[in-house]
Amino acid sequence: MELKTIKNYIPLFATIFVFILIYTMGAMLYDNFLSLRVFLNLFLDNAFVGVIAVGMTFVILSGGIDLSVGSVVAFVCILSAKLLEVYQINPFLVVLVCLLFGVFLGTVMGAVIHFFAVPDFLVTLVGMFLCRGLAYMVDLQSIPIRDELFLAVNTMGINFGGGVNFRLISIIFIMVWAAGVYVSHYTRFGRNIYALGGDVVSANLMGIPIGKTRILVYTMSSTLAALGGLLYAVYTLSGYAAAAQGLELDAIAAVVIGGTLLTGGVGFVEGTMVGVLILGLIQTFISFQGTLSSWWTNIIIGLLIFSFILLQRFLSLRSDTDQK
Amino acid sequence: MNIKKPVLCCTSITKFFSGVIALDKVNFNLFPGEIHGLLGENGAGKSTLIKCLTGVYLPDHGDIYYEGKRVVFAAPSEARNRGISTVYQEINLIQTLSVAENIFAGRQPLSKGRINWKKINERSRELLAMLDLDIDVTALLSEYSTAVQQMVAIARSLDISAKVLILDEPTSSLDEDEAHMLFNVIRKLRNEGMAIVFISHFLDQVLELCDTLTILRNGESVGEYRANEISKHELIIKMLGKKLAAFENRVAELNSSDESKKDVFYSVRSMSRRKSMKHFDLDLKKGEVLGLAGLLGSGRTEIARLLFGIDKPHSGNTVIKGVSGSVLSPKNAVRHSFGYCPEDRKLEGLIPCLTIRENIVLALQVKKGLLKYISLKKQRKIAEKFMQLVSIKAPSCEENVSRLSGGNQQKVIIARWLAANPEFLILDEPTRGIDVGAKFEIQKLILKFRDLGMSILFISSELDELVRCCDRVAVLRDRKKITEYTGRSLCSEKIMATIAHVTSEAEDGNLL
Repeated sequence: MELKTIKNYIPLFATIFVFILIYTMGAMLYDNFLSLRVFLNLFLDNAFVGVIAVGMTFVILSGGIDLSVGSVVAFVCILSAKLLEVYQINPFLVVLVCLLFGVFLGTVMGAVIHFFAVPDFLVTLVGMFLCRGLAYMVDLQSIPIRDELFLAVNTMGINFGGGVNFRLISIIFIMVWAAGVYVSHYTRFGRNIYALGGDVVSANLMGIPIGKTRILVYTMSSTLAALGGLLYAVYTLSGYAAAAQGLELDAIAAVVIGGTLLTGGVGFVEGTMVGVLILGLIQTFISFQGTLSSWWTNIIIGLLIFSFILLQRFLSLRSDTDQK
Repeated sequence: MNIKKPVLCCTSITKFFSGVIALDKVNFNLFPGEIHGLLGENGAGKSTLIKCLTGVYLPDHGDIYYEGKRVVFAAPSEARNRGISTVYQEINLIQTLSVAENIFAGRQPLSKGRINWKKINERSRELLAMLDLDIDVTALLSEYSTAVQQMVAIARSLDISAKVLILDEPTSSLDEDEAHMLFNVIRKLRNEGMAIVFISHFLDQVLELCDTLTILRNGESVGEYRANEISKHELIIKMLGKKLAAFENRVAELNSSDESKKDVFYSVRSMSRRKSMKHFDLDLKKGEVLGLAGLLGSGRTEIARLLFGIDKPHSGNTVIKGVSGSVLSPKNAVRHSFGYCPEDRKLEGLIPCLTIRENIVLALQVKKGLLKYISLKKQRKIAEKFMQLVSIKAPSCEENVSRLSGGNQQKVIIARWLAANPEFLILDEPTRGIDVGAKFEIQKLILKFRDLGMSILFISSELDELVRCCDRVAVLRDRKKITEYTGRSLCSEKIMATIAHVTSEAEDGNLL
């Protein structure tokens, strides 16, 4: 694609600018900020958020929202721990079961949203309560994971020497993101999502399969959330029903900071990666600073989202006046 | 040329909707290389006929022949794949996608399983070149005017190697220049042998563009005519039956009424707003209809918005009922007994999910203050009274507004403002997109209220309509008020000449 539709790219450029800005600030203030280890850790620590945010990007591009992802992560996380440690089930089977749960939940939610014309907000809110409840039904206590496969995946990675390890978890995240970028640009399914989010009524009259597209978007989001849950289990090597509280909001924040319009139809999966990295960068910044409360992360993220929403509003206002 | 075989023809098509006859033994013949106008009031059966031809509905009786063979289209996609394309009134494209992607959405060419963007952009350029349009196909659709968007919609339908192109009210949101741009494209397609069905409320456009006309009335075909053998007057009579003559007499009588010594109700001096309207003076008198003529974007709606307090003027003095002061906000305007029926009734005027009663009572409620309770019984009484006054055709005042026809919806908005008993009413394109019969009724209403002493600002693209209804017409051009015509100097030729003055100069510079 040629870069002529500049207006759609401005939020993306702004995001990249903010990322570079924070990074430069950190590098100037703190000695080790610019190290490879810090950079690679951004991908590792945010892998599960990132995977979910990729799915969330598609949902938001299609004009919807998925509030259930955080609870799905918690449920998959505790379920996998329980199946592995208490029931001693084959880890490959556990992974398969967890992913299939994601496929099932997403398809059902998407179908309800589409066929019964129920607002996505409500349906996924139900999904959120349901999965959180199910998570507590599995176990109230935290379950440590000692399964060999999970342990192996946790430590696996490309070694750069000097204790710098590019872990498999990060690589999975980057692969999911790259696949998302491909789907968004080069598949009919991906383009149909944009059309759906741009204008449902027109998309329908243009013969775009809106039902199939919409349902698949939620299937994809929930499946990626399940994958995120598995990554979370591998990353923390434990299962806990109260984990990932408010994770869906972090994912939405990453998507919005990444330049995707909440109204749908405009945005890029590319930007979501930058959005996720910015979230991670702010946390890193605060941990380097040392004395600041970690809640400052939320304050800064809040301010960032606010300025991005203002930017988007400004852009759409300007295009409105251009037309008149 | 009629020795040719029709590409699409239907014989005695009949269609019932829950027992009510919508099409009654209609015959229709469409030849390659002709533009065939389809005329009729709303509800005459135009869209039902089109939907039968394109597979949206299955006719109850009658046969459809396409390229000499009898066909039954079970779904719109079947007709589309066989080469019958339809472009609907509302532009059904996606603003947030590029022009090229809009043309290929849902059927992007793939190579090795991935979308071939290069091919999409190339093919789009070719298709638009066929329509004499050279634009950046990678730019967003929203960057372009409605006319260009309409062309893109046509390009999209052309790509399915169309033999028949059906255009349903394609010009309703275009201004005159844009419409002519579209006409050139349509003629070009005709000359290349395509058969085109053109549906429009604008009789002038139909007469200018079409070769053949089919007129429908109450689901029956009135007849088929050569466009150059029928006058506009005959056309209207055929579409309506007898209603017209009576109306014209009444208008003539009203126009001759005395118009001196009318009190000025609302007077504006050197009002302006940056980027929207240059300095203008305007006097609105009691019992007078003031028309605003001009092209789309000439400042007609902008004046209405300024007068009603929606936009704030950057300069200017206003005097209302002899007291100087200004209209600060729409709420303030309503308190001054102003009413405003905006141009886009779906977007700005009506609340479609409410009933007729609720829509009518709205303005009254605002005027009284939001906390003053109006009892349901009283609301019903008011609604029924005004429904009758403006003759809204609906089973009851509890009917949902979204289920009414365009003309009746427009009347609901007018009724709403009438219920608030306004002294000054702004009507921005009240007759656009509604059928001829409803048009006349609304024009009649305007004159009726004028006689009751109301001051009315009437904005319209149709000069005939302005000349017929207005006592005075102000002509706008390029966001500037040029002149006013009254009394005998008021005629559509003069207004047209004033409007056209600049457009002929501008044509050399920027056509798009």
